Amino acid sequence: MTSFDPTVEDLLRRLAPRVVGVLTRRHGDFAAAEDAVQEALLDASTQWPAEGVPRNPRGWLVQVAGRRMTEQVRSEQARRRREELVAGRVPADRRSAPGADAVDQGAHDDTLTLLFLCCHPVLSPASAIALTLRSVGGLTTGEIAAAFLVPEATMGQRISRAKQRIKGSGVPFRTPDGAEWPARLDAVLHVLYLIFNEGYASSTGPGLRRVELSREAIRLTRAVHALLPEDAEVAGLLALMLLTEARGPARTGPHGELVPLAEQDRGRWDTAAIAEGVSLITAALPRGPVGPYQVQAAIAAVHDEAPTAADTDWPQILALYGVLARVSDNPLIILNRAVAVAMVDGPAAGLALLADPPRVLTGHHRLYAVRAHLHELAGDPEAAAADYRIAARRTASLPERHHLSLRAARLAARTGE
Amino acid sequence: MKYMLLMQFSEKNADFPKLEEWRPEEIQAHIRFMKETNTGLAAAGELVDAQGLAMPETARIVRSHSGGAPVVTEGPFPESKEWVAGWWIVDCDTEQRAIEIAALVSAAPGPGGRPLDMPIEVRQIMTAPPTEL
Repeated sequence: MTSFDPTVEDLLRRLAPRVVGVLTRRHGDFAAAEDAVQEALLDASTQWPAEGVPRNPRGWLVQVAGRRMTEQVRSEQARRRREELVAGRVPADRRSAPGADAVDQGAHDDTLTLLFLCCHPVLSPASAIALTLRSVGGLTTGEIAAAFLVPEATMGQRISRAKQRIKGSGVPFRTPDGAEWPARLDAVLHVLYLIFNEGYASSTGPGLRRVELSREAIRLTRAVHALLPEDAEVAGLLALMLLTEARGPARTGPHGELVPLAEQDRGRWDTAAIAEGVSLITAALPRGPVGPYQVQAAIAAVHDEAPTAADTDWPQILALYGVLARVSDNPLIILNRAVAVAMVDGPAAGLALLADPPRVLTGHHRLYAVRAHLHELAGDPEAAAADYRIAARRTASLPERHHLSLRAARLAARTGE
Repeated sequence: MKYMLLMQFSEKNADFPKLEEWRPEEIQAHIRFMKETNTGLAAAGELVDAQGLAMPETARIVRSHSGGAPVVTEGPFPESKEWVAGWWIVDCDTEQRAIEIAALVSAAPGPGGRPLDMPIEVRQIMTAPPTEL
């Protein structure tokens, strides 16, 4: 798909989940429908650029993928039983052609239903991400494999195992109802958050594929938000993504090195994304209940609205971390809160907060990085350099190690160590 | 998260006779175990790559030399009695799972079908930075 028309590619990406949805409802077999649609997409990606996009692209895909499904059944079943089997899987009320007014019925719900199906609780986050990107995001297995730097065969296996697991769980293909809803929505938002992080955090990676992941996460979160406009956490997550992505261009230097928030060139931030994020979170917060995504978005908004790092409203950020600590059990909040305390009450107060960290943070590179930063603010370059060095040795992130080592080296040079 | 599992080999281990002293069926059982393990990891979508390395006698140390021609030597190696015999790269959800896989391959059968209990070093692979909270 190298020299592929991006508008056709976008169209296919948008249509894919709807076609999977139609075929899954018709035949009741998500795994087979997903495979058949992948093949139909491949056909479309070779034929459409040459022969033009058909007048009814969705109908074309449904027809071609439907034919593929039938072929699959034919190869697996005795020819005589085939017709019966396929017919038997079609609910009685769907055996007749849908009415003219029902053509697009459930088109929106299909995307949502697929998303909720892919974020199934029996799947590991890694599997749910892969399946979501392929079935809902319309990315090819090769694209997803490239983004996660694993062989295509590995990613293909992971996706097919995920589909088998869903099949084995016996959960029917339908939008979760009543009691299931909150638990499933949590999983959906978590997977979208992880896809976003994978794309955002990897902006120093080898290719543009990673940017595609964070954009895909934003696109899918927008879709969930359009369907659930009243849900404050969905709006909060979308706002968080926009407010974070807005800083992307300033977050790395010319050689891919990390640029910390305080040193970023704010003129390179995406003001349109910031405006949209701020208006989303401003509208969502009073609606409540206030969850962790909203609070994180609110914190990001305070950072993004400051014209310079020095103008940051730290007392407000500190108050928000207080709220976040009550609605989230993520231990890293303690570290960010210590930074906020240091900015409001001085570095000694921040360091005091970290004097007795919880067990999970013991040995964590972030603990040392934050302590180093606070020692630096407190005017103790030797203690700062020592902690930067420990943090650099303990991080599993290559760009972060370079950044932390550089900080340690600069401080050591200054103290003449 | 990706992990590299390094299979360490040590001549000091008395229970670990040289491969040329194993019986053919013992070698076959060992290879079969490794193949089946890798097939299983690939089926789970966890295997990125796995390779066995040639004996250290064939290894070379290469060092650039202040911008001049690189210098290639047959050593020195960190510790001549121990070396890396092979490795896996796995992509799994947790460190716990990487340790499970390491324990599995550590128990590869050796002479007499007994598990070799080879030391497997588990190292997380450096990646891009995590997103700040």
